[in-house]
Amino acid sequence: MSDWLRVNPIACEAHGVCAELLPELITLDPWGYPIVAPGPVPPALASHARRAVAACPTLALLLHHEDGATS
Amino acid sequence: MNRTDRLPRLLPGTAAPLTLDEHLARYGPVPLRPAGDLIAEVSAAGLTGRGGAAFPAGTKLAAVAAAAAAAARPGPGQRRRVTAAVIVANGVESEPASDKDAVLLARSPHLVLDGIAVAARATGAGRAWLCLPADQPWLAGSLREAVAARAWAGASPVPVQIQEVPGGYLASQENALVSWLSGGPQQPSFVPPRPSDQGVNGRPTLVQNAETLAHLALIARYGAAWFRAVGVPPEAGSALVTVTGPVRYPGVLEIPLGIPLGTVLAQAGLRPAELHAPPQAVLAGGYLGGWLAWPDAATVPVSAAGLRRAGAALGPGTLAVLPASACGLAQTARILAYLSSHRAGQCGPCTHGLPALAEAFGQIAFARPHPDTIAWAGRLTGLLPRRGACYLPDGGAGLAASALRVFAKDLRWHAGHGPCPPAIRAAREAP
Repeated sequence: MSDWLRVNPIACEAHGVCAELLPELITLDPWGYPIVAPGPVPPALASHARRAVAACPTLALLLHHEDGATS
Repeated sequence: MNRTDRLPRLLPGTAAPLTLDEHLARYGPVPLRPAGDLIAEVSAAGLTGRGGAAFPAGTKLAAVAAAAAAAARPGPGQRRRVTAAVIVANGVESEPASDKDAVLLARSPHLVLDGIAVAARATGAGRAWLCLPADQPWLAGSLREAVAARAWAGASPVPVQIQEVPGGYLASQENALVSWLSGGPQQPSFVPPRPSDQGVNGRPTLVQNAETLAHLALIARYGAAWFRAVGVPPEAGSALVTVTGPVRYPGVLEIPLGIPLGTVLAQAGLRPAELHAPPQAVLAGGYLGGWLAWPDAATVPVSAAGLRRAGAALGPGTLAVLPASACGLAQTARILAYLSSHRAGQCGPCTHGLPALAEAFGQIAFARPHPDTIAWAGRLTGLLPRRGACYLPDGGAGLAASALRVFAKDLRWHAGHGPCPPAIRAAREAP
C-alpha cells in the first residue's frame, strides 16, 4: 500500500511549510509554490509526509492512498 | 434508410437544419436500449470524448450510472440522497478556431438531441441541459425549435433545457460549466470530486461534448462494429475537424480517425504547389495543442494518440495551417497572451507562470530576445504542466514548447536581428 502526495493548487497559498518539512520530496518554484517529486512516497519518508500534510496552513497538501481514499 | 455507412455520418449535405421528419428518414428512430447494453456497446465501439480530452465515453457513462445507483442505495447509516443523474450536453465550443459543434448543431440538431436521450437512458438521468454559446444566439433559437418539434411529436423522453453560456475561453471547461450551472462561479474546480460523482447541484452528472453525443446516437442505432468500420486501426470511428488557413475550403470536415494530416488538409483544398510557398507548419489541437513542422506534419495520423506522439494534440479537432508569409513565434505569442488573459487566476503556478510565459514570448516574437529570456521561456514550459486545477497551464506550456522546437530557426533570427517582417506586421494587426 503506497501513498502519493498531491497539492490542491486552488487552496495552496505558497506558505512553503511543506518544503521545509519534506525537502526530500518537495521543492519550491520561483514563486514559492510546491513542486512534488513524481512517484509514491518512499516508506522511510511516510511519517515526514504525514507531518507536512498536517502542517499545511491551507490544507492544500493531500496524501492519497492507493485504494483511492484521501486524507 | 441507413445511408450512414459512408462519411459523412454526422453532417447532412445541406446547410439547412434537418427537420425531425428528415432526420428520422435518414437515420430511423433511436432505440432506447437497456442501460447496461448500451454502455457495453459504447465501450466496445471505443468512442472517445470529442471536446478535447479524448476520455473514453463508455467509462464516463458507466461512472455516472454507478454513482447514481450508489446514491439511490445508501449504505448502513447513510441517508438516501435525491440523486437522479443529469446530462450536460456541451456545445459551448469556446476554442476560437473551432466551428465543428456549431456546424453539427446547426445541421443535425436531432442527432445531438438523440444522443442526450440515449445518455439519459443509460444513466437514469431525469433532466438535461444543452449548453450553447451566448454569442451565437441563432444556435439557441434553432435548437429551441428542434426541442419543441420533438415534444410535439412525443419524442422527448427527457426534458432538455437550452442554456446559453456566456464567458471566455474557460466557459466550456467541464468543471467550470458544472459550477456555473449550479449557480457558482464560472471557474474550474479541484478534482475530486468529479462531475460524475458530484456535478450540477451535487448530482451525478454526465458532461459530454455535442459531437460525442451525436456519435452516441448512431452507436445506439447501428452498434459498435458499424462505428469501428471507419478509422485507421487502432483508431475507431470518425471525427469532425475544423481546418483554417490557406486552403480552398476552410471549415468543418468529417474524417476517419487516424488518416494522415496531409490527406485531411488535401481534402480541405490545401494545394502547396499553388501557393507562393509551401506552408510552414500546422497548429493541431487549438490553443492548447502544438505546432507540427511542414512537410513532416503531412504523415502524422490525425488522432489523439498520433498527434500526441508527434508533440501536438487532437483537442477539439482544430487544424490551423500557418502560411509561409506568417511568423509562428508571433502567432504563438498572441495565443499565449490570449490564454493568459483568459485564465481563472485560482492556481499559483498558472497565475504567475502563464503571464510570465506570455511576456517572455512577447520578447521573443516582437523584440530582440536576450538568451536569458529564451532560456527562461524554456524553463517555464517545464514549470507549468500538471500543477493546475485545469489543463490551461499544461496546454499553454505545450504550445510554447512546440513553438520553440518547430520555429528554432526563426528564434535564432529574432535573437540575432530582432523581429522578422511578418512578426512586425503581426504586432500591428488588430487581435
